[in-house]
Amino acid sequence: MSTTDNRPVFLNLLRIHQPVTAVLSILHRISGVLMILSLPGLVYLLSLSLEDQAGFTRVAALLGSLPMRLLGVLFVWALSHHLLAGIRFMLLDFDVGITRMTARYTAWLVHGLALMTSLFAGWVMLGGGT
Amino acid sequence: MSWRASSGLRAWLLQRLSAVYILVFLLMFAYVWRGQVITYDTWHAWVAHPAANIALILFAFALLLHAWIGGRDVIIDYVKSVALRYVLISVFALGLIILGLWTLRSVLLVGVT
Repeated sequence: MSTTDNRPVFLNLLRIHQPVTAVLSILHRISGVLMILSLPGLVYLLSLSLEDQAGFTRVAALLGSLPMRLLGVLFVWALSHHLLAGIRFMLLDFDVGITRMTARYTAWLVHGLALMTSLFAGWVMLGGGT
Repeated sequence: MSWRASSGLRAWLLQRLSAVYILVFLLMFAYVWRGQVITYDTWHAWVAHPAANIALILFAFALLLHAWIGGRDVIIDYVKSVALRYVLISVFALGLIILGLWTLRSVLLVGVT
């Protein structure tokens, strides 16, 4: 085997075109990690909301603030994408939608539905509501 | 299968079982609170109800288990240094345990008062 192999190694993940199913897989991880990072905040809000009336009012005020509403939209995206992709993975476990064509179609469907849910949440939490 | 040989399969199965419970709980939660404005009194009363209290604690447990398996996989996949890996996994486990106990305390206190 030649030691002067000058073929380029090109592993810049940002420039390799990933199939939609691979993008779905990595977003499943990213959304999961995002939600793990939000856990301390969520537990804090839960315990504060159950403490007393003042705590509950404080939680309501916190959730109503603009930064929290923006984070809320991001959270809705993470949750909806993670749930839908998870359902898709479990169906794949049972060989439902296992063919390449269907798997690609359902991957697009998950991306689309998660995005639509987030847009709706954004509309409710930032625009249309209140 | 030995305990060690089956641990991967068990994690795989627990990840799916906890996922199903999380999904069912969230759907039930959304159904129960559909179209309602949550006040402190209704929120507190709901959490104090034994069925909701237990379902909520089980939800917290399923969520932390799910986060543990998923987060541990992510750490193992991306952190190559064995030492750093063990540090991160230990901190992660400790963090989840603290969050679990904190939740348990909050929810149970509502249940008994």
